[in-house]
Amino acid sequence: MNKKTFFFSQQKNIFIIFVFLTAFISIYGKSFLKNSDLFWAFKYPKNFIIPLKTYISSFMKWLVESANFGLFTFKELTRAISWCIEIPYKFVLSLIAKGFYQGQGSQAVLLLSPISWMAIVIIMTIIAIKLNDIKLAVLTFFSFLYLAVFGQWESSMVTIASIFIAVPFGVLIGLITGIISYKNQTAHKIISPILNLMQTMPVFAYLVPVLVLFGFGPVSALIATIIYALPPMVHTSYLGLKSIDPFIIEAGRMSGCNNRQLLWKVEIPSALSSIKVGINQVIMLSFNMVIIASMIGAGGLGYDVLTSLRKLDIGGGVEAGLAIVIIAIVLDRMSFVFIGSQKIYKNKNMNFFNRNIYFILVTCLILITYMGGSFFSIIQSYPSTFFISTSEFWEKSIKHININYYDQLEITKFYILKFFMLPIKKFFLSIPWPWFVLVFTLLGWHYGKFKLAILNFSLLSFIVVNGLWMKAMVTIYLCGASVILACLIGIPLGIWGGLNQRANRILLSITDTLQTLPSFVYLIPVVMLFRVGDFTAMLAVILYSLAPAVKYTIHGIKNVNQEVIDAGIANGCNKRQLLFKIRLPLALPEILLGINQTIMLALSMLVITALVGTRELGQEVYIALTKADIGRGLVAGLCVAFIAIIADNTIKSASKRLKNKYGFI
Amino acid sequence: MTLFKKLIAGLSISFFLISNTSAVESQDPIKLTLHDWTGQHITTNIMAEVLKEAGYNIELIQADYIAQFAGLQTGDLHVAMEMWETTGRDAIDEYTPDGRVVNVGSTGMDAIEEWWYPSYMKDVCPGLPNWEVLNECAEAFSTMETAPMGRYLGGPVTWGGFDDERVEALGLDWEVIHAGTDAALFAELESAYQRKDPIMLWVYAPHWAPSKFDGEFVDFPAYTTECYTDPSWGINPDSAYDCGKPRGPIWKIASSQLKDKWPGAYDAVEAFNISNDEMGKMVAEVDLDGKALEDVVSNWMSSNSSRWQSWIK
Repeated sequence: MNKKTFFFSQQKNIFIIFVFLTAFISIYGKSFLKNSDLFWAFKYPKNFIIPLKTYISSFMKWLVESANFGLFTFKELTRAISWCIEIPYKFVLSLIAKGFYQGQGSQAVLLLSPISWMAIVIIMTIIAIKLNDIKLAVLTFFSFLYLAVFGQWESSMVTIASIFIAVPFGVLIGLITGIISYKNQTAHKIISPILNLMQTMPVFAYLVPVLVLFGFGPVSALIATIIYALPPMVHTSYLGLKSIDPFIIEAGRMSGCNNRQLLWKVEIPSALSSIKVGINQVIMLSFNMVIIASMIGAGGLGYDVLTSLRKLDIGGGVEAGLAIVIIAIVLDRMSFVFIGSQKIYKNKNMNFFNRNIYFILVTCLILITYMGGSFFSIIQSYPSTFFISTSEFWEKSIKHININYYDQLEITKFYILKFFMLPIKKFFLSIPWPWFVLVFTLLGWHYGKFKLAILNFSLLSFIVVNGLWMKAMVTIYLCGASVILACLIGIPLGIWGGLNQRANRILLSITDTLQTLPSFVYLIPVVMLFRVGDFTAMLAVILYSLAPAVKYTIHGIKNVNQEVIDAGIANGCNKRQLLFKIRLPLALPEILLGINQTIMLALSMLVITALVGTRELGQEVYIALTKADIGRGLVAGLCVAFIAIIADNTIKSASKRLKNKYGFI
Repeated sequence: MTLFKKLIAGLSISFFLISNTSAVESQDPIKLTLHDWTGQHITTNIMAEVLKEAGYNIELIQADYIAQFAGLQTGDLHVAMEMWETTGRDAIDEYTPDGRVVNVGSTGMDAIEEWWYPSYMKDVCPGLPNWEVLNECAEAFSTMETAPMGRYLGGPVTWGGFDDERVEALGLDWEVIHAGTDAALFAELESAYQRKDPIMLWVYAPHWAPSKFDGEFVDFPAYTTECYTDPSWGINPDSAYDCGKPRGPIWKIASSQLKDKWPGAYDAVEAFNISNDEMGKMVAEVDLDGKALEDVVSNWMSSNSSRWQSWIK
C-alpha cells in the first residue's frame, strides 16, 4: 500500500465515523437535550433572527418610489428598458399572432391580419429544407400541422413570439457579458457568483420585483425569461473564448490585428461552436419558463395549460403542454443542425434570382396567402370545425386508472412513505443545526480547503440567522429523497442506454419530452392518483429531474476510451466485469456530474411542488409571491439558491478529486 | 374576414367613435384585470361590455390576484372586478388607506367558503351536515396516512381560513392537509368522486365545483366577529375560532385614477351588481358545458339589457 491510498483509507474511516455520529445525534440528540438549555441547537431562537426580509422590502419600496438619478428616476429607467423590449415584441406578436391594429383597447381597428397558418407551416418547412435535413423538414411540417389541427395555433404563435424576442436578447446580453468576463479577470470574479445565483434562485422569488419595476404584462414575463435563460450563454461563451488555442491568438496578433479585430475576426469565430451550444441552451430554458411567464401575463400556451388544469380539463392541458414540447423540440433540433452546418458560401456567379430563390419564394407565399386569406378564411386561420381533440382519451384513461388501480397505488405509496420518506425526513429534521453546519464546513475543508469551508459555513449560517432552518431541512429531505430515487432509476437506464444504441435513442426522446413538458401538466393527474402531499411532490420532482441522471450516464459510459476496453477484453474480462470493473469506474466522474445536475433540477422544481402543498422553502417563496412580499420571497429564494450552490461546489470538488484519483487529466 | 367586411367594420367603428366621443370623458383605454378563474373572467367581461356600450375604450390585462395591487396603485391598471373578502382582506387593508386604491363596493355576490363533502358521504355518516358528528365520523373520512384521524383537505396556506385553529378549538379528531393550489384541491375531489371515496375539503362558491358535484357544506356554529377575536365566545371558552368561516362580499377594487379620469365609468363600476346564482349558472355553462365565454356573456347582456342600461345612465 503506497502512501496515497493509505491516506484515502484513513479519510474513509473518518467519513464513516462522521456518518455514525450524525445518525447518533439525530436519533438521540433531541430527547437528550429536550429540557436542557441547549435546545436552541434544534430550534433557532426567534429573537436572534435578522429581519433581512423587511430591509429588502423597504429598500425595494424606496427604489420604486423615490430613487432618483437626478435626470430621471429609477422607475423611469426600468420602464424605458421595458419599452425597448416591448416595441419588437409587439411587432412580432402582431406579425404572426394578433394582426396589426390602429388605436387602443377595444376601439382598435384591424389593419392587417397576421401571417396565415399555411404560410408559417410552409416557411418553417422551407427553413428546415434549407438546413439540408429532410428528416427535420418532415418533423417540422407535421409538428406545425399538429398545432393547427389541435386548435393550438394562436396560443402557439403567442408563445413563439415571446421566445423569438427573449432568445435574441438573452443571447446578446449573455455574449457581451461573456466577453467582458473573458477580457477582464476582476469582472469575471464579480459576474460568476451572480450567475450562479441567477441560475439557482427560484423564478417565483424575483417575479414580484420584476413586475413592480417593469410594469404589468408580457414584457415583465419576457424579462423574467431572459434572466432565467441568460446564465448558460455567459458560461458557454466565456468557456469557449477561454479555451481558444493561444497559438491562434498569437497568429492573429502577428498578422497585425488590433484588439477589436482580434475579438471579432479571430476569437469569436474560434469560439463559435461553444457560443452556438449556448444559444441552444437559451432556447430550451426559455421554453421552461413558458408556464411561469404565463402566470404574470405572457399568455400563450402556458396560459392554456394553466386554465385548462384549473377546470380539471386534463386533456386540454396535455394538448397545450405537448404543443410546447413539439415547438421546443423542433427549434432545438433546428438549432442543433444549425450548429453542425458549416457556412455555405454563395456562388458569386449566380444571378439575383438564383441566389435569393428561397427569399423570393417566401415573400410570394406570404403575399399570396394574404390575398387568398381575404377571400377564403381557411387560408387565414384553420377552421375550428376541423379541430381534433384527444381530450376525452386522456380523461378516460386517468379515470380508468383511478377507478381500477387506486388501491394498489395507495398501498405502494403508503410503504414508500413509511419506510423511505418518513425516516429520511425524521433524520434531517432532528439534526441540530450547529452540527450540520460543522459537518458541511469540514466537508468543504476536506474537498476544497479554506475557500469551500468558508463558503459552506457562511451560506448555511445565512439560512440559520434568517430563521428558515426547519424549512430548509424539509427542502433538503424532499430533494434528497427524490434525487436518490431518480438516481436509482436513472443511472441503470443510462447504463442500458450507453451500451445499447436503440435504447439510447428511445431514452433520449423520453427525457427530452419530460424536460420540456410543463410539469404542471402531469402534476394534476398525479394529484388525482396520489392525493396532495409529499409523495406526489416527490413523484413530480423525480419525473422532472430524471433526465440528467440518464443523459450524463449514457454520455459517461459511451465515452470510455475504447483502448481501455480493448485492454480489458484482452485480459479476459467477461461482459459483467467489463461493466463493473472498467466502464463504470471510468464513467464515475461523469455520473457524479449527472447527479449534481439532478440535484440542481430537483431544487428548481421544488418551487412548483409548492403548488401541491409541500411545506418547505419553495412554499415560502410561493406564499411570498401570492402576498407580493418582495423581501420574504427573495430571502427564501436565496436560501434555495445557497443550498444548490453548496451541493454544487461540494460535489464538483469531490468529482475533481475522483478524476485525479483515477488519473484523468 | 373579407376586405369588404373589414371596411364596413372600420367605418362603423369610426362612426361609432364620432357619435360617442362627446359622451365619455377620455378615450384612453380603461384597463381591467383578468385573473385565472372563470367566474372572474365573466364578471370582468360583462363589465367591459357594459362600459363599451357606454362608449369607453376598454383593455383587458392578465394580472395576478394580489400582485395587481401594485399596478392599481401606480395607475398601470384601473379596475379589478373581484376581490374576495375572504382572501383579499389583507391586501385591501394594506393598499386602500392612502387613497390611491379604492374599494368601489360589493359586486352583489357573497363568497361562501366552508368544509364540504359529497352527498354520498351522508350514507356513511348520517348526522351530517351537523358539525357535531364530525368526530364520530372521523374514521370514515380517514386515509392510511391519517388514520384514525379524519382527513380534511384545506385550501392553500395563502388562503388563510384558520382551519388548523378551528380543528384545535372545536376539539376535532381531524388532520388538516393543505393543498397548494385550487387545481390540486379540485383534482382530489374529482378523483375521490369518481371512486365514490370519502373526502372532506374546502370548497368555495361561486365556483363550478358545487354545481358539478352533488354535496353540501358542513354546518358549523355561525361566524361572528367575536368568535375570531374573543376566546370566551362560543363552545370553547378558552379559544377563538370555534365557529365556521366568515361569508363575505366580493368587492370591486379600482385605482383612484378611474374616478378622476373617467367618473362616468366609475359610477358604472359602482352600480355593477350580480347575484351568486346568476354567476354560478354562467360559470357552469362555461366550465362544464364547454360554451364559449363570449357567448355566455353576450347572452347575459341581451337578456338583462334594462339592468345594465341603468348602470351607465
